[in-house]
Amino acid sequence: MDRKCDQRKHIISVLVENQPGALARIIELFSSRGYNIESLNVGHTEDPSISRITMVAKGDEHTIEQIVKQLRRIIDVFKVRDLTDKKKLDRELLIVRVNVETPEKKEEVMRLVEIFGAQVVDVSKDTYTVELTGDEDQVDAFLELIKPMGIREMARTGRVAMVRALQGETFGEQKE
Amino acid sequence: MKLSGAEILLRALELEGVEKIFGYPGGAVLDIYDRLPFSPLKHYLTRHEQGAAHAADGYARVTGKVGVCFATSGPGATNLVTGLATAQIDSVPVVAFTGNVPTFMIGNDAFQEVDTVGITRPITKHNFLVKDVKELADTVKKAFHIARTGRPGVVLVDLPKDVTRELADFFEEEYKTPVQIRSYKPVLKGHPGQIKRAAKAIASAERPVLYIGGGVVSSGASDLVVKMAEVANIPMTATLMGLTAVPGNHPFFLGMLGMHGTYAANMAIQESDLIIAIGARFDDRVTGKLSEFAPNAKVIHIDIDSAEIGKNRHADIPIVGDAKLVMEELLPEVEKQVAKNREFYAAREKWILKVRSWKERYPLWYEPSDRVIKPQFVIEKIWEVTKGEAIITTDVGQHQMWVAQYYRFRFPRQLVTSGGLGTMGFGVPAAIGAKVGRPDKTVFCISGDGSFQMNMQEIVTAVHYNIPIKVAIINNGFLGMVRQWQGIFYQKNYSQVHLDVQPDFVKLVEAMGGVGLRATKPVEVEAVLKEAMAIDDRPVVIDFIVDREEDVFPMVPPGGALHEMILPSYGKKKEKKAV
Ligand SMILES: Cc1ncc(C[n+]2csc(CCOP(=O)(O)OP(=O)(O)O)c2C)c(N)n1
Ligand SMILES: [Mg+2]
Repeated sequence: MDRKCDQRKHIISVLVENQPGALARIIELFSSRGYNIESLNVGHTEDPSISRITMVAKGDEHTIEQIVKQLRRIIDVFKVRDLTDKKKLDRELLIVRVNVETPEKKEEVMRLVEIFGAQVVDVSKDTYTVELTGDEDQVDAFLELIKPMGIREMARTGRVAMVRALQGETFGEQKE
Repeated sequence: MKLSGAEILLRALELEGVEKIFGYPGGAVLDIYDRLPFSPLKHYLTRHEQGAAHAADGYARVTGKVGVCFATSGPGATNLVTGLATAQIDSVPVVAFTGNVPTFMIGNDAFQEVDTVGITRPITKHNFLVKDVKELADTVKKAFHIARTGRPGVVLVDLPKDVTRELADFFEEEYKTPVQIRSYKPVLKGHPGQIKRAAKAIASAERPVLYIGGGVVSSGASDLVVKMAEVANIPMTATLMGLTAVPGNHPFFLGMLGMHGTYAANMAIQESDLIIAIGARFDDRVTGKLSEFAPNAKVIHIDIDSAEIGKNRHADIPIVGDAKLVMEELLPEVEKQVAKNREFYAAREKWILKVRSWKERYPLWYEPSDRVIKPQFVIEKIWEVTKGEAIITTDVGQHQMWVAQYYRFRFPRQLVTSGGLGTMGFGVPAAIGAKVGRPDKTVFCISGDGSFQMNMQEIVTAVHYNIPIKVAIINNGFLGMVRQWQGIFYQKNYSQVHLDVQPDFVKLVEAMGGVGLRATKPVEVEAVLKEAMAIDDRPVVIDFIVDREEDVFPMVPPGGALHEMILPSYGKKKEKKAV
């Protein structure tokens, strides 16, 4: 099978009852069926009894289709949608603390912050803490450039996503 | 009116139509058991919680109703686990209630506390921890709804002790209103366009074959499927779970397919150009080497669980829906197509003849003996003596496969066997549940000497309640199926499969209050079976001392394709390899 070749990252959005067991079932689904999750993000929706889970998983089309179907089987899950090929808003938040012991470094970090539209949110004698929101590529690119400064600590939220309004559709079909 | 949680539970069960419960008490469920004597529900005290789960499962499989079991917290709950997993993987509707420590102690490693919902999450369709008595009635209602609708399965409801003690309002009228679970709406009706496409494909195929699974039995689609086979001239094969969908002597029926399937069934699949899979899931024991399974066939896959479609084998025409509801639409479409296209019969005639010739040339076969009892002979005799009308439960091993091959079933739900999990120890407690569910039927458990020892304590349960199940131990002195694998694939290196040290099953059963019988020679088999059939107030166990090293054939070696079966020797004609 040449399944390995067409592995790619998919971004899957799930609407689920805000119940402790629901999240556990979703996470266990991935471990018990041997799927990999790259990131997973949970938060309320406009209706506090419903949570939106956004997850990024890597796999070929067959595996992703299975993941989507298995997610739909979970009783507490309302809707599941693979957003990968949809026009979407797709954001991630990064908080990163970098070393800025020298004026040159301070300047370089500030330059990158400006280019990327990031913000310095905390300052100490020899570090800047930077906050950046962007899509995954932007965050990756920013990290790549800032890495030589020396990263002390960082946290990423994982991606959250929503289909663009101009596509004339909202979340999409009912779960099967 | 205010009722305690325990009273609400028992009253709700009654409203769900529950009559029988299998269970085992303990500290965390004391309040429930305290109220039980005042309820019309009949409780059967099994001798192990695993027995309670299997009995509820057996009850559900023969009646089509939801089976119910109770257990206490901690060890009670963990003892249920194998039984629940067995039911879940075979899509059997069971609702289990477990006690737990009071809500304020949860998470404290309290006495007899385990995380029951955590442990059972992967082996249930859904589970609930009830934290407030006010939610109890609604949760019970949801539990039954989830267990019996869509693809049936197991639901566990964990009840902390305080929830069973506290008082709440219970309104029966409200309980009777339909369930609303906003995130759960199973698709039952098939897509009409897909059904039309399927009917066309069925009418135009040259070499179609029906691949019938357990979903056909559980949805009640058996008659419709058989009718379709007759209308459109289609050979039928079934999985272990689907066997009872088709009368065993039907001329179009090829028997079971898969690892121990018949030659005709496996060859029909391999050479077909259209597989019509209904309520089946292309399990590895069925397909053998997946990449060589039915290489030239298109697939119509009808299943209530969309996740099964395309999971193992691509479906050209997927239809998500309840097998019965889909068949109600599909059958008339097929009839229309067939009426339009009369000449298709001619094309199909060749196929039917070919399939029939496989059936005749390579039937199921064993070397008869008048010296030692052949296990297959025992199954044939049980079939004769019970006129093919007994409900058969099995354990797991060679005897289970011989049942599948040699007992020709007559009606749906007649076979109760652990197909997906392959749970040794299932047969005896499942027989108890089956007999409780169908007291009008003879219930025969066909077990192995190994499997019987896994839950033989349940004979005491059958004695306690005068449940006259029959048990045939196919006693080969071996963990036979494992020995067979070691024999064929591990150069006869028999490791830890000898059961030479055994209880005297006759004495043992007598000691438990049942009737113990034994047959050691072929001539005794029929007489001892007749003797067993005459006993109707107690369980009876017959110890059949059989040929020790008989193997189950045909056999598709692991990793082999379905047509690469090892066949029986057919007497003189030495092993024929299938081509
Ligand atoms: C609980 C459990 N443990 C182990 C196995 C593995 N296993 C499958 S068949 C078998 C042998 C069964 O022996 P017996 O009940 O005597 O049946 P026989 O094959 O001899 O007919 C074993 C050990 C199993 N299926 N279930
Ligand atoms: Mg044995």
